Amino acid sequence: MTDPILQVSELSKHFGGLAAVDRVSLEVRTGALHAVIGPNGAGKSTLINLLSGELSASAGHIIFHGRDIGALAPERRSLLGISRSFQKTNIFPSFTALENCRLAAQSREPRPWHWLRGALSYQSITSKAHQALEAVDLSDRANDLALTLSHGEQRQLEIAMCLATEPQLLLLDEPLAGMGTEESQRMIQLIAKLSDNHAILLVEHDMDAVFQLAQTLTVMVDGRLLASGTPEQIRANRQVQVAYLGEAEQPT
Amino acid sequence: MTHLSLPTWLLLGVALLLALLPLGATTFYLQLGAKIMIMAIFALSLDLLIGHSGLVSFGHAAYFGVAAYALALITPKYEAANFWLTLPAAVAAAALAALVIGFLVVRTAGIYFIMVTLAFAQMLYAIFHDTKLGGGSDGIYINVRPELTVAGFKVLNLESPAQFFYLALIALITVYWILNRLLHAPFGRALAGIRVNEQRMRSMGFPVFSYKLGAFTLAGGLAGLAGYLAACQFGFVNPEILAWHQSGTVLMMVILGGMGRLHGAVIGAAAYVLLQELFSSSALFGGYSKHWQLSMGTLIVIIVLAFPHGIGGLIDVAWRRRGYHGGEEDSPQSAQRSQRSDAEDSESDDLTAKDAKNPK
Repeated sequence: MTDPILQVSELSKHFGGLAAVDRVSLEVRTGALHAVIGPNGAGKSTLINLLSGELSASAGHIIFHGRDIGALAPERRSLLGISRSFQKTNIFPSFTALENCRLAAQSREPRPWHWLRGALSYQSITSKAHQALEAVDLSDRANDLALTLSHGEQRQLEIAMCLATEPQLLLLDEPLAGMGTEESQRMIQLIAKLSDNHAILLVEHDMDAVFQLAQTLTVMVDGRLLASGTPEQIRANRQVQVAYLGEAEQPT
Repeated sequence: MTHLSLPTWLLLGVALLLALLPLGATTFYLQLGAKIMIMAIFALSLDLLIGHSGLVSFGHAAYFGVAAYALALITPKYEAANFWLTLPAAVAAAALAALVIGFLVVRTAGIYFIMVTLAFAQMLYAIFHDTKLGGGSDGIYINVRPELTVAGFKVLNLESPAQFFYLALIALITVYWILNRLLHAPFGRALAGIRVNEQRMRSMGFPVFSYKLGAFTLAGGLAGLAGYLAACQFGFVNPEILAWHQSGTVLMMVILGGMGRLHGAVIGAAAYVLLQELFSSSALFGGYSKHWQLSMGTLIVIIVLAFPHGIGGLIDVAWRRRGYHGGEEDSPQSAQRSQRSDAEDSESDDLTAKDAKNPK
């Protein structure tokens, strides 16, 4: 097994008296998708926001590639190779799909102040954007405005924007939310493919998808880590069954 | 040249016409024309913030005024100042003021940004109004206009209305060209992204603060260029030029012309100055001309209600209609290009976003 790319230890976030995330520790490795599950309000999205830098932690450490990034702003973390998707679709609706990805790829341009040269003449940026669209199977919609894409396509576009920044770690916040069965299947295949050469932390409600994709599972309840292990261990865990999966219906 | 849309070509035509104007026009019209072009530069600089970066500054007169005062304070009492020294100094003073103020205000957003930009501008106003600096509330005269020489040879005589007109024209074209390039460069695309979705830009790795501060400083410097030229033209500077009225005036020019389109800022400035001339003409409106603000305000309210995207937006719509029926060549590049420009417009215009779907 490879070394963990991301190590989270004793991470906490307090909102006043409420501990939204309470001393959570976990590790994410390249090639081994790590899923975080838990009922609504368990603190899963807060965890992602802490890791991406949208929120700053009250206590604990976030070690990325051996470096504590807990104090860094979101843009600095992105430049280090951490990319996130959002639970609620978060794109540039009035730009074309390609421009959405082109902007994402442009963030890696070392000399952004070069004002004489048109943005479209940067071949490497444009080709990275096309590759990202290709990877999520959206090439044929490249020149359509993002707001004209279907909900599922917008979710795919969001992943493409993540990929255009060439990240090492992907934080995916409910990528399947609101998708139909067929769209979900496509997205699951896409995530499985990405998991081969990316470290992925996945927050998802769709249990079928989670058990299909994850090699490691963490269960959160009320901000705390309830259990962590392989899908088989989690399935067999009595506490998890009671707290979350429901006693009657065990996933098979 | 592929960056130039039709309105830009139109403007180039207008610029050519303007270049020929001094051959036949009277001093009055030359001065009016120069004033319009100076205000157009001012409006362009504000449109970079409001229309392209989503930063609604209500204190933009501060930078205009700082540069104007810089010229007035540098110029010796009875001799001409050097154009090549005073221009960069005045623009740098304005840009520096914008950099310092921007460093503090760019952290805020929305209504707070409007209020703090106003507050800083009023502070500068108070400095020039209530202290002896620059003659206090009486203002200060620039008795001799700067001298524009190259290698000891006088290139332009700024005392001549026709030659000053050319200087303003060259400045306007230069500023327009710079902004046009900038907005198509990665920097401009990033500003557009920040305007639409700042959070996403941060999460993709853009240092949003630096981009906004860069835009704010550049806009301040360009406003300074306009302020310098205005001080040159009128030969007089008083605190009113950095008061909030002036910030409001340039804001109205940008809104009148249509935010987020460079040609809109130019059209808005021209429309505002010409309408002001019209409504304050006692030959046309008699005694009522004293109350020109009333007629002006009413007309602006009507225009804004009827054309939410300003006069510039109206021209864009008219052009796009023609474009669809006129049958441009259907190469993939041109299709991509037209859709791109649609996308850019629809950032502020949901109607055109629907239009963009229809041609398919």
